[in-house]
Amino acid sequence: MNTSPIPNSELPAPSPKPFLWSVKREIWENKSIYIAPLIVSGVILLGALISAGHLPQRRQAAMMLDEAHRRIAIELPYNIAAGMIVITAFIVGLFYCLDALYGERRERSILFWKSLPVSDVTTVLSKMSIPVLVLPPIVFVVVVVTQFLMLLISSAVLMPSGLASTSWANFNLLQQSVISFYSLIIIALWHAPIYGWALLMSGIARRATFLWAVMPPLALAAFEKITFNTSYVWSLVKNRLLGAGDAAFDLHHTISIDSLSQLTPGRFFATPGLWIGLVFAAAFVIGAIRLRRYRGPL
Amino acid sequence: MSMTTIEAHGLRKVYGTKVALDNVDLRVDQGRILGIIGPNGAGKTTALNAILGLTAYQGELKVLGRDPWAERDQLMRDVSFIADVAVLPRWIRVSDLLDYVAGVHPKFDRAKAETFLAKTEINHASKVRQLSKGMIAQLHLAIVMAIDAKLLVLDEPTLGLDILYRKQFYDSLLNDYFDGERTIIVTTHQVEEVQDVLTDLMFINHGRIVLECSMEQFESRYVELMVHPDHVAGARSLKPINERQLFGRSIMLFDQVDRPQLAAMGDVRTPSIADLFVAMMGNSAVTDHQSQVREAK
Repeated sequence: MNTSPIPNSELPAPSPKPFLWSVKREIWENKSIYIAPLIVSGVILLGALISAGHLPQRRQAAMMLDEAHRRIAIELPYNIAAGMIVITAFIVGLFYCLDALYGERRERSILFWKSLPVSDVTTVLSKMSIPVLVLPPIVFVVVVVTQFLMLLISSAVLMPSGLASTSWANFNLLQQSVISFYSLIIIALWHAPIYGWALLMSGIARRATFLWAVMPPLALAAFEKITFNTSYVWSLVKNRLLGAGDAAFDLHHTISIDSLSQLTPGRFFATPGLWIGLVFAAAFVIGAIRLRRYRGPL
Repeated sequence: MSMTTIEAHGLRKVYGTKVALDNVDLRVDQGRILGIIGPNGAGKTTALNAILGLTAYQGELKVLGRDPWAERDQLMRDVSFIADVAVLPRWIRVSDLLDYVAGVHPKFDRAKAETFLAKTEINHASKVRQLSKGMIAQLHLAIVMAIDAKLLVLDEPTLGLDILYRKQFYDSLLNDYFDGERTIIVTTHQVEEVQDVLTDLMFINHGRIVLECSMEQFESRYVELMVHPDHVAGARSLKPINERQLFGRSIMLFDQVDRPQLAAMGDVRTPSIADLFVAMMGNSAVTDHQSQVREAK
């Protein structure tokens, strides 16, 4: 293959793609990245099938409500489905990061990875890209397909009672896909420092990476509560976990998001919390890169 | 023209209070097969880790003209290593592993790796965890031999493998890989098996190089004499560096003593590396012990 009369150093390198292959190998190792969302999707669809028997009565009841409440009632299962898949992906991403720099040291395979011309920067960035770049598109596809199949199930069940079109009318899949897409970008950016922190701790810990990641913020929050009887740390943690939507959506008049006019990317990207979070994420990743350089097998 | 593959001056590494490498000067020329032999904790692995850019160090070190700590990723294009037995990730499929290495390594020749693998019983669809330890070593060797590297470092590559795999490992290395231009460094406890493989020998103990010679020098310098019972006193007067008893006869090891002179006193032969190692390390262990006793007083 590579036989050539010219010495190798004279030839341009046959363009290796270390980043691309590093991402691929992360997905080979961590199949839960796509299997877990698929399983949750399967469970949701199974639940939708099982409960389908009661759907006609429920839909008839919902049709009695005023338009806004009807919409919320009909949308609810679809939003719960999306929420469950997103939460699953968050947990998968978190535990992925907690093992990313720890597992290779524990099983000593770091000695093999480091024998190849792949820099620590490439390796750590490829690992960080899993929760931030790889998981969101997977989640997006799974959410949209799941919601589409739910719509099909409900249409089939409601067909005899002539209510099949009410699902499509009240849950606009195309518009919801745009909202899901936007939400996943928002969440990935907002959670980036959490993933970076988990990655850093997986590089530091010699065991129990989960405790290493969770104990410092908890201990700090407890210390603050006991010492000053305040809870800034706790609200910071809570905001980082759940606060992605605060600035990203206009939830002024309603609890549901069903209109594109509710998306406020301008406000989100002007939130200092986003940029402070991203600065921390970058710092954690740089720390993880340094650790990967110094740390050997356990 | 012979090029220098590795050059170190005053290489030093300290872990806490333990000196793992104590001002080591080292030079390995291209095309050599160097065996580094030493007891556990002597500093072998630290030295190799420094050479491979896996650990920071004090002093000056150049591998293929590069500073390994600062330029590890570029260096790894020209350096391969097997740092231990069975460090291949256990979850990976053999075919995926080959895809990955082909994807990241500009000097990996996949066809060559496939040729080596065809001689083994390794199935491409298997995961590494399904392979025996010997097969994992074969797989790792197949990958490493398919990389057109200038330097190959092997740290205990055959530890825990049975004799057939160990023999095969070094046979393939010599027949299918070594071409006189590559440089190989190997550390091992199975000294007998590498004796015929090496071109150079190094003993290391307490972070220092205790012995450094080519195998030609080794063979001309050291003589083992199985002494005829009548000549024991005469042989001892020539100051052997070691004496042991075997089946009631004295076996003495001499450093730089005239071979014909010794031949008159019994049967002479070239000692094994293991014998010399035991002789030298045994002596140094005793002197260490004595100096410790002295310090204690």
